Amino acid sequence: MITFARLLEKLLFTPQRNTKIQHLSEWLHHTPMPDRGWGLAALVGEFQSKKAKPALIREMVSTKSDAELFAISYDFVGDLAETVALIWPEPECRPNQPPPTLSEIVGALDHASADETRFLIQQWLDCSDTTTRWGLLKLTTGGLRVGASARMVRLALAQAYEAAVEDIEEIWPLLEPPYTTLFDWLEGRAERPNADGKAVFRPLMLAHPVDDNDVTDMTPDKWLVEWKWDGARVQLASGHDGVRLFSRSGDDISSGFPELTKSLSWHGTLDGELLAGTPDNIAPFQNLQQRLNRKKPSANLMQSIPVFLRAYDILLEDDDDLRQLPIEQRRLKLEKTVKILNHSAIDLSAFLPFTDPQQLISWRQQCREGGLIEGLMLKARNSMYQQGRVKGLWFKWKRDPLTADVVLLYAQRGHGKRSSLFSDYTFGAWMENPDNPAEPPILVPVGKAYSGFSDAELKKLDAFVRANTTQRFGPVRELEKTLVVEVAFDAISRSTRHKSGVAMRFPRFQRIRWDKPAIEADDLPTLMKWIDS
Amino acid sequence: MVSKSLDQNRPHRKLSTHPSNWIRPLASGLAVLDAHGEPIFHIDATRIADTVIVTHGHADHARPGHKHVIASAETLAIMKARYGANFAERVTALRWHETMRIGDVDIHLVPAGHVLGSAQIVLDYEGARVVVSGDYKRKSDPTCAPFEPVPCDVFITEATFALPVFSHPEPLLEINRILVSLKQFPERAHVIGAYSLGKAQRVIALLRQAGYQEPIYIHGALQKLCQLYQDHGIDLGILAPATTGEKGKPQQALAGQIVIAPPSALADRWSRRLPDPLIIMASGWMQVKQRAKQSGVEMPLILSDHADWNDLLATIDEVNPQEVWITHGREDALMRALSLKNMTAKALHLIGYEDDAE
Ligand SMILES: [Zn+2]
Ligand SMILES: [Zn+2]
Repeated sequence: MITFARLLEKLLFTPQRNTKIQHLSEWLHHTPMPDRGWGLAALVGEFQSKKAKPALIREMVSTKSDAELFAISYDFVGDLAETVALIWPEPECRPNQPPPTLSEIVGALDHASADETRFLIQQWLDCSDTTTRWGLLKLTTGGLRVGASARMVRLALAQAYEAAVEDIEEIWPLLEPPYTTLFDWLEGRAERPNADGKAVFRPLMLAHPVDDNDVTDMTPDKWLVEWKWDGARVQLASGHDGVRLFSRSGDDISSGFPELTKSLSWHGTLDGELLAGTPDNIAPFQNLQQRLNRKKPSANLMQSIPVFLRAYDILLEDDDDLRQLPIEQRRLKLEKTVKILNHSAIDLSAFLPFTDPQQLISWRQQCREGGLIEGLMLKARNSMYQQGRVKGLWFKWKRDPLTADVVLLYAQRGHGKRSSLFSDYTFGAWMENPDNPAEPPILVPVGKAYSGFSDAELKKLDAFVRANTTQRFGPVRELEKTLVVEVAFDAISRSTRHKSGVAMRFPRFQRIRWDKPAIEADDLPTLMKWIDS
Repeated sequence: MVSKSLDQNRPHRKLSTHPSNWIRPLASGLAVLDAHGEPIFHIDATRIADTVIVTHGHADHARPGHKHVIASAETLAIMKARYGANFAERVTALRWHETMRIGDVDIHLVPAGHVLGSAQIVLDYEGARVVVSGDYKRKSDPTCAPFEPVPCDVFITEATFALPVFSHPEPLLEINRILVSLKQFPERAHVIGAYSLGKAQRVIALLRQAGYQEPIYIHGALQKLCQLYQDHGIDLGILAPATTGEKGKPQQALAGQIVIAPPSALADRWSRRLPDPLIIMASGWMQVKQRAKQSGVEMPLILSDHADWNDLLATIDEVNPQEVWITHGREDALMRALSLKNMTAKALHLIGYEDDAE
């Protein structure tokens, strides 16, 4: 664990990507199995020890530190593992044993009850130094976040074993920690594991954002256009081992969507958008969110909020890998397949006709009215299906955000690097006084924003907070209700969780209206007009 | 006020004039007031004032332009080096423990252990003793006199690192990491970012203590203050100017050497002209990895000139005051910790001192 924690620290502080890969492949070289495999699992985010939940770590530290002091510290540090590692008091006498190895950790946690887990982790923390405590807690709570992506780790693996990274990535879904079959292949003891015919996740092709100027020379002979639906990107895979639905990040979400994962006689892989409602009557994203939140939906929920897949690409069919074909040809296949499938929960995302780039602009302007469409997707007619964000082939052109003028109500210090500044803001809109409409209107909170301002603006905002605090509630400052901010947001919907009855999606600062009197900010009825359907 | 247990070494007296009647935070800084509420003198005034006692030479505490500055001789020398001979109309140098009376208040200075010349200010009036700590630390520092605890009725403390996550390691252990890295990367220039007053000289003195004999290369901005320290009898060994090479060419002579520069120089073109620089930052903030990461350093060195959490609490226990007032820093956490010990504490919310500088 000590060397692994040191590796994590090096990864965190090394700015150069190549040096990081070097550190990684060096560590892979010098670490024996199975520790190597478990560390690898942690680095790519597949290390799941079932019991060390953040709640348990919090509970553990609550016996070592005052709750309020812990809260202030956590707020400052911004990272649970690091806060606990730093705040953990040195034991009166350190246990006479070294910190555990990675496989000792896995082995011990696998069979431990909650009480035993707490005991084990406490004991491990007591025999570790700060950095090892930090690594240990990062490992057992799951999120390493040291600036090494799964892709970078696989590149390091490829470098360490002189293999092609594509070969490693293709079979990755078949592997399980500690990846014995992978190392058997990489070290020449066995054949490469085989993914053919199995319902596994294939890496997605992603789009680049584009802005207004970039579309002027997109002509119909080179580009295809379709709506960008406001749903969740998914992949549907059908193989001899069943049908699975994967999220954008490759998580298996099959159990949440039985209507899509009934077994099929067709084998292949589709890429598309998961939407709530039916093809003729699409429901807003908020409804889909309710389905996404459920691992196992009730029959009731499935009936009140059905879902369907709007397919826009096909990657594999039977034994054919279609990814090498240009999208024009894949689309012909896809149209045929959707027809043959004749599935009530699968339809086709249609291309939009266009004859010149000007038309793209008018298509985009129509997005707002539908509400269910986030913008346009532009795909090069000759694009093969390549994993990742490949330059120049697929673009997304989002609709303009909605905006509103709101009044700042509360401020809170940010996390981590921003912990010395007030950077988290709650803002409100005017509402008729609920007790007596004859009284002046009141401000009700409608959202929170943390971004959209420049560093210089943040400094000014911070100074405003310090000079205009009317009350403190722990870390929260209540403000003089004078500063108007124009916020941009993607959508607004009804919500029972907020007093105002509305919730904004992804609000962020657009402009600070130092000039505008608070009374001229928007009222709730104005915001309600934007609610979709 | 909650009374404390009796077994502590200094019995608390009943004060005829509570210090909050004669020492208060004003917009211009902490001030001692006369019977009419007019300031007689300030401590570390943040705006230009008549009579000011200065705790130490850091720019946010020692400002030029006051009429009469009272401080340790070292602090006066630092102010002169930074602002020129005319930084005040009149100056008075006080030796440690030498008493001076202004109005009816007796004043003397004791060492604070923060930087060369840094002082705590002890104020005695009508039988009450108030100690203004200034910035201070308790860990070893070969470049200045160590902190001297003075039991008092009101202890006015800083709180820069007042969070339980700050537990600064032994300075020599941290310094040793540089020497280990030099062996591992003998071709890289090891550039240490350190504030020009105090931190830079402490890093150098600690390197010498750890047995490093080679010349240490210093950025031009450190020249004057390193000289000043040496003139005050602090041995920094052989120092050489860190001149970079001709434009566009790294200075090969600095490969594998230690270079010290103010933090502001780390990010600019100057450091890019060093051979394959390994960027080190010496600061108490480096304890928080996310912060260290943010500042773009490759090796964070946890070395602080302020008291860490345990040292703040231990110091307060030691001086055993009836009340603790907090000047600047993380007052929320320190207030909480003191309330858990049933101690009376209040935040002065003094503005003008930098929370983050060190
Ligand atoms: Zn200072
Ligand atoms: Zn200070």
